[in-house]
Amino acid sequence: MEPKAYILARESFEALLQSLKSRGYTLIGPTIRDDVLWYAEIQSVEDFPIGWTDVQGPGQYRLQKQDRDTLFGFTVAANTWKSFLFPPRLLLWRSKRTENGIEFEQPTRSIPKLALIGVRACELAAIQVQDRVFLQQEFVDPEYQARREQAFILAVNCGTAAATCFCTSLGTGPKASNGYDLALTELPDGKRLLIEVGSEQGDEVIQDLPVHPAKPADLQEAEQVIQNTVSQITRELQTEGLQTFLYAQYENPHWDEVAKRCLTCGNCTLVCPTCFCSTVEDRSDLSGDLAERWRTWDSCFSLEFTYLHGGPIRTSAKARYRHWLLHKLATWIDQFGTLGCVGCGRCITWCPAGIDLTEEVRSLQRLAHREVDHAKS
Amino acid sequence: MKQIKIPKLAVWKFTSCDGCQLSILDLEDHLLEIGQRIEIAYFLEASSRKVKGPYDISLVEGSISTPEEEETIHKIRKQSKFLIAIGACATAGGIQALRNFRDVAEFQKIVYPNPEYIETLKYATPISHHVRVDLELRGCPINKTHVLEVISALLIGRKPSLPHHSVCIECKKRGNPCILVSKGILCMGPVTSAGCGAICPAYNRGCYGCFGPSESPNLHAFISLAQRLGITNSTLIHALRSFNAFADSFREASIYLEASEES
Ligand code: SF4
Ligand code: SF4
Ligand code: SF4
Ligand code: SF4
Repeated sequence: MEPKAYILARESFEALLQSLKSRGYTLIGPTIRDDVLWYAEIQSVEDFPIGWTDVQGPGQYRLQKQDRDTLFGFTVAANTWKSFLFPPRLLLWRSKRTENGIEFEQPTRSIPKLALIGVRACELAAIQVQDRVFLQQEFVDPEYQARREQAFILAVNCGTAAATCFCTSLGTGPKASNGYDLALTELPDGKRLLIEVGSEQGDEVIQDLPVHPAKPADLQEAEQVIQNTVSQITRELQTEGLQTFLYAQYENPHWDEVAKRCLTCGNCTLVCPTCFCSTVEDRSDLSGDLAERWRTWDSCFSLEFTYLHGGPIRTSAKARYRHWLLHKLATWIDQFGTLGCVGCGRCITWCPAGIDLTEEVRSLQRLAHREVDHAKS
Repeated sequence: MKQIKIPKLAVWKFTSCDGCQLSILDLEDHLLEIGQRIEIAYFLEASSRKVKGPYDISLVEGSISTPEEEETIHKIRKQSKFLIAIGACATAGGIQALRNFRDVAEFQKIVYPNPEYIETLKYATPISHHVRVDLELRGCPINKTHVLEVISALLIGRKPSLPHHSVCIECKKRGNPCILVSKGILCMGPVTSAGCGAICPAYNRGCYGCFGPSESPNLHAFISLAQRLGITNSTLIHALRSFNAFADSFREASIYLEASEES
């Protein structure tokens, strides 16, 4: 069945936001903060970065004002939706020493009902990757589950791509194919939005709005937007046979070269929409009667990450970078059945050293081939 | 409940500005309780009461800069079960260690009318260069919550939770966009130890490196990135030569840059 598609006038976009609000959703959408695009709570279309776009490159990011009044004329924000579904810091439990022993208490919190406004196709794929991690393994993460199950997803098909995007190599974008409630395409005249319905909830919201069914010509126009975006994507990651290839590269000399550039700062993991690692911190107060366990984001670039009895295992930058890249592009497949990368490009942009995983993979391949040639001659 | 003996705490000062001791006093809401759980046996900044050693916990502020200090720190070590160096001076030499890069006799001549009265060591050095240190609390000044964390942990015999990874990790957990990337501001975060909670990047200032080098700083990569941002070598030398100038990796990097400036 073709998804149901409608046309909504651009000036009625606010009605869509307000309809979600009236259904009790807290709106999280794109804003501008400190010269970057940032997903944060919004109240109305007024908060949108109208007419702004982002210019991204390895280790570089700048905002630019365009002469068009686009709602979504940019690509992925600096932060990720995971900050809302998998918060960076979370109290897991508290305990109290009493006359009758130790009492444990689970924090009661109201889980917000979130409407995520403007989720890109790669980001939707990343949410689905995290679903596999947090919901589809032996143990389910109840906090993630509670946030995720209530969330409304308004996806946006990209009308522009950044120089760091490579969703096309991974088949994750630039068009959202499933997993959304509504998906929106901004049509080139700037006056109409094409909205595709992906769920019952999405359908209900549409009923509130002054829409009319999309015509085949509208669908074609939307398809053209996507094709135009595809043609802007220049970055590439060759994924065929990549896992087998990487497993054979343990001793590739290129790891030493990238280790010279890697700061082991951890930015690439924390900005990544699929990275899911966390650690726990135990706290106790001066009396020793109250204790708390906090969960916080962790990164495989920290030494403590591999601390076993006697010390950390991955001490060198080489070992840590190699682990990171291998997890994203090889071991993740064994672990969860998908790649750990969706091609959003954040780790490239937000790496202070401008390290680009697609480049590093190519360098590994070049060196490996050279070695093979050597062996033959 | 088993009543444990109340541990004795001493706070010592060497060459320093007293800022770290003030950070301890700044634990206002907790001071009364600290006073109930441990005996503050020696803390001249807070009280003139002096109880003789030995001490269960010694907090040591300041760097070793004079022959007298060099002697005293050994005496303190002998009297202390658990010795904690606190702050950039005690853990890396502090701002006064800037003199280590030049001839101290020259400075004496320039600064003092009667330099012969000045008795000083050639280098201002961290406590760990002189005695065994059980734990270091970094920062200029220290983060007062770390003091609370360490005391609470020692009281019940657990490992204190103190981060040593980069400031960047704290910066992302705090929800800051990276200003190094978005604004091209020189930020020491990628080579600096966490501990402050990434305050400066949260206010659009580059990290100053108050907590000293992180657990695995890659200064080579950091220098290349600064050069890519168009930061001059002399600006970078200044950034590296502040509170933690004499910490190994910062010192080596600034000496390397200085040498390449001259050549
Ligand atoms: S790349 Fe590192 S931080 Fe990310 S999920 Fe894998 S191990 Fe965790
Ligand atoms: S590895 Fe990089 S490009 Fe891939 S999903 Fe993570 S941040 Fe995006
Ligand atoms: S690859 Fe880049 S972002 Fe990741 S740890 Fe290395 S320097 Fe930091
Ligand atoms: S602003 Fe500084 S501390 Fe924060 S991520 Fe960027 S380099 Fe690291």
